[in-house]
Amino acid sequence: MAGESNGAGVFGSSIRRREDPELITGHAKYTDDLQLPGTVYCTILRSPYAHAKINSIDSSEAEALDGVIGVYTAADIEESGTPGAIPVGWLLPDMKIPDHTMLAKDTARHVGDGVAIVVAEDQYTAHDALELIWVDYEALDGIADPKKATADGAPLVHDMAPNNIAFDWEIGDKEKTDAAFAGAAHVASLDIVNNRLIPNAMEPRAALADYNSITGELTLYMTTQNPHIHRLLMSLASLGLPEHKIRVIAPEVGGGFGSKIHHYPDEAITAWASMQVGRPVKWTATRTETYITDAHGRDHVTHAEMAVDADGKFLGLRVDTYAAMGAYLSTFAPAVPTYLYGTLMSGEYDLPAIHCHVYGVFTHTTPVDAYRGAGRPEATFVVERIVDEAARVSGIDPAEIRRRNFVSPDNFPYPTQVALEYDSGNYEGALDKALAAIGYDDFRRDQAAARSDGKYLGIGLSTYIEACGLAPSAVVGSLGAQAGQWESAVVRVHATGKVTVYSGCSGHGQGHETTFAQIVASALGVPYEDIDVIEGDSGVMPHGWGTYGSRSAATGGSAIASAAEKVVDKARTIAAHLLEAAEEDLEFEDGNFFVKGSPDQAQSLPDVALQAYLAHNLPKGIEPALEATSFYDPANFVFPFGTHIAIVEVCASTGHVELQRYLAVDDVGNVINPMIVDGQVHGGIAQGVGQSLFETAVYDEGANLLSGTMLDYAVPKAHFLPSFETDRTVTPCPHNPLGVKGVGEAGTIASPAAVVNAVVDALAPFGIAHIDMPVTSEKVWNAING
Amino acid sequence: MYPSKFDYHRPSSVQEAVQILSANPDAKVLAGGHSLIPVMKLRLATPSALVDIGRIDALQGISRSNGSLRIGACVTYDEIANSSTVQEAAPLLAEAAGQIGDRQVRYRGTIGGNLSHADPASDLPAAALALGATLHVTGTGGSRSISATSFFVDLMMTALQADEILTEVEIPAAGAGTGSAYAKWEHPASGYALCGAAAVVTRNADGSCASARLCFNGVSSTAVDASAVGASLAGSDLSDGAIESAVNDNLSIPDATGDMFASAGYRQELAKVMGASALRTARDRA
Ligand SMILES: Cc1cc2nc3c(=O)[nH]c(=O)nc-3n(C[C@H](O)[C@H](O)[C@H](O)COP(=O)(O)OP(=O)(O)OC[C@H]3O[C@@H](n4cnc5c(N)ncnc54)[C@H](O)[C@@H]3O)c2cc1C
Repeated sequence: MAGESNGAGVFGSSIRRREDPELITGHAKYTDDLQLPGTVYCTILRSPYAHAKINSIDSSEAEALDGVIGVYTAADIEESGTPGAIPVGWLLPDMKIPDHTMLAKDTARHVGDGVAIVVAEDQYTAHDALELIWVDYEALDGIADPKKATADGAPLVHDMAPNNIAFDWEIGDKEKTDAAFAGAAHVASLDIVNNRLIPNAMEPRAALADYNSITGELTLYMTTQNPHIHRLLMSLASLGLPEHKIRVIAPEVGGGFGSKIHHYPDEAITAWASMQVGRPVKWTATRTETYITDAHGRDHVTHAEMAVDADGKFLGLRVDTYAAMGAYLSTFAPAVPTYLYGTLMSGEYDLPAIHCHVYGVFTHTTPVDAYRGAGRPEATFVVERIVDEAARVSGIDPAEIRRRNFVSPDNFPYPTQVALEYDSGNYEGALDKALAAIGYDDFRRDQAAARSDGKYLGIGLSTYIEACGLAPSAVVGSLGAQAGQWESAVVRVHATGKVTVYSGCSGHGQGHETTFAQIVASALGVPYEDIDVIEGDSGVMPHGWGTYGSRSAATGGSAIASAAEKVVDKARTIAAHLLEAAEEDLEFEDGNFFVKGSPDQAQSLPDVALQAYLAHNLPKGIEPALEATSFYDPANFVFPFGTHIAIVEVCASTGHVELQRYLAVDDVGNVINPMIVDGQVHGGIAQGVGQSLFETAVYDEGANLLSGTMLDYAVPKAHFLPSFETDRTVTPCPHNPLGVKGVGEAGTIASPAAVVNAVVDALAPFGIAHIDMPVTSEKVWNAING
Repeated sequence: MYPSKFDYHRPSSVQEAVQILSANPDAKVLAGGHSLIPVMKLRLATPSALVDIGRIDALQGISRSNGSLRIGACVTYDEIANSSTVQEAAPLLAEAAGQIGDRQVRYRGTIGGNLSHADPASDLPAAALALGATLHVTGTGGSRSISATSFFVDLMMTALQADEILTEVEIPAAGAGTGSAYAKWEHPASGYALCGAAAVVTRNADGSCASARLCFNGVSSTAVDASAVGASLAGSDLSDGAIESAVNDNLSIPDATGDMFASAGYRQELAKVMGASALRTARDRA
């Protein structure tokens, strides 16, 4: 492809993803594809009850089955001396932190809670043996609704957390906000349920553990978005092995959406099993297990109110949320409905008063944690829905009310009332571009005409902002993170001028092997083909924090850029020496160093690299070889923003919602690879549309999961969706070397509100203020006929 | 997938197959496997043996003679949807088969498996009812024929005995003046019929309705024949208004299914909308 190998122009071009041929042809190796000699297999017996006392476990029949090596329970783990604690990695003040062990001890707290494990010679036996373990359960009442769970008398998930409240958190200024409401001309008010979602990564979670009892080394291949975090937490909490004796490797990982960030019990159990039996042990989740154990997303019950003055200016926003934590506190769960949620309540708006109060609530359900967008989709949905409702109650067009309230481009940096400081933006620019592209005024005319024919068209805006690129370490540390959020990179130029880049990020579908090589190709002027990118092995690259929170480009990419810059600096020193010139007289262009005005007498980067490795003639004080390591800690979050617009037609006789058009104008800063950015936007929108129209995890009153299979849980199919239209504005990030922001979650964050706003707009003639997600045909039909 | 242990048989004749079935009471017939394998994967079905009927020649093939269409039990949806013989003689069946699942499902799933499984949400039972199909079955005691009306007994229950195999589906070929249509409301997750309306309409020379039949998948524990709707349309002019009132006044689904996707009441409403739509299309094609 043209331009592919030309170093300088590579940044910003739509190079095809180099990881795709292997993935598409089925040659990529995932965890479950790996085979070690002597591998045995682990299966996990899981509670069928939402809440039950475990009186006793009889595993004798299972143990007697031919091929079974062992059956183990919590008592065995305890006896082994392994700490066995599943940690939470984000602490909030006064948070209740109940014990979470690798297997449930005396109580099962959600359907899917691990109770015992089998290790057997083959998978069939391992699964057969599960049916021969007899657990004496005493069923107890369970509860799944996060608001009802706080009522007096509701079944308790943990006795140590009265009313099931894990934490009681707030941000903003309550008094100031109450005062703002006192002076309001209009008040918009909505009750909003943010539906619980199941991640559905294509590859189920899996682990292959190989413990060497002689060296004390554990090699753990697993489905992870962040091998170093898993190593750290396993060393500190669950396994208690020395950190340098644990090597966590992420082979090809088939999607995560957050679900492979967390430290679940299962991968640690697999490692523990390998320590017990002295052989490699493999565990691969069935799809049923992924539904009941992969951390779910969202699950908020919220009341929101916006105070508006007579001119449509926002005066104050008040938000009260009950956020489900599920049965235990998952790794980063406490951060999601707090610092990743409450801090975004200002949206793109100049909002003088905000107060957001959140209860984190235990429920007898699968734990809830980060899922694509993590907190920001929930916040954006609240803000963009209440803004539309504010427009409705004040009789102002939704585009116009947004325009009146945007933070204006000359107002940056803009400190919000909820801790974040926005560094840059041009919100009206994106809105105007999107309105023009969709033909907003024409649509309003068509809509009016259609209504008189009994056809209900609707348009929905979502002018979103999000904070990603996690994150300044000191900031997140002060907010409770038990982790840093900088990122590492090594840029190693080999003697022949070929380059290997190591990143502490850990891609699982994002295309880092392509985009990170593009960054380096441009920085070093080396052909793109000469650069390889390696990630996902705690034994190979320096500590990193992995891939989630749309952080890889902004933090990992910046680390790579800064390591590449160090390489160029060192190479310049050597080149100056070789050219017998002063460093400041050298130019560096397309990979060549030369004295200004004499480009024909150049030392190319490969020339310099060879000399650096030979070390026969290096300047004084310069070490041999040519590589550099960087640890990049960002100065701030990055703030992608934009306008998404959905157009729907609602069928009044069935309630069916047809998504007819979807247009996104995103500002993700400088773009490394437009095709990959478009791909992320498309996937993100599909996922957000999934939440808004189709997907939902349904628990019954007793907290049994009813939507536990793909027959019941509606992930959108291609034919449910129109072809998305995408465009961009470019406001570079002012504080990182590449000017990049993040794009991995923007689509998921923006789209639910756009779709629901469109449905509510279509139903305006019926006076319908809100319909909860997923907006199913039946809900719409009921709203029309109710 | 890790089902529990089972024996596997691949007989080459129907006789052999029914012998194995009668000797193994816990055995199950395996056709396309697209309903049976998923439940075995979940260990909701744990047959002691599978009797794979996929290589029995007598269960293959589509033919038309003496005014009737005959389809072997192991004929796939893809073959049915694309067969010109079926498209001419029973276009409703081709249309319904073409709307099942996705391509992979249509390449594997069979008409015999679909009808024998009697999943109320599957797409072929209503067509079989509306077309007045006769199901030919063979067991150790010999062969018999069952009308579609008496074949579907209850949720996942048919008139088949444990040692019987459905061998062939026979359908009277469509005569002149007959039109049909299948209107499916797809379940957003499974893709099965949340409500599938199968309509067959025959017009007299003057355009009036000679007969009409409207049957449904997905709305009750078995496929439903809304015979009152059909009866009330007979003799009508088949105008949109006539169809609308026939459906609104006469359609009631006994024991309509209600679940987390659609309440019983909503299914009734959908059945009206989908039923009227299928009837209008069938009329236009008649
Ligand atoms: C992803 C997916 C999507 C699907 N979507 C749809 C859909 O939209 N609409 C729809 O209608 N179906 C759908 N199906 C189900 C599909 O149509 C199945 O193929 C069908 O239900 C069963 O047919 P089979 O040939 O696969 O039978 P099998 O799965 O092999 O058998 C099903 C049952 O019937 C019995 N059986 C099979 N053949 C005979 C016979 N000749 N005589 C006696 N007993 C027999 C078996 O013992 C078993 O109990 C879907 C399936 C999948 C996996």
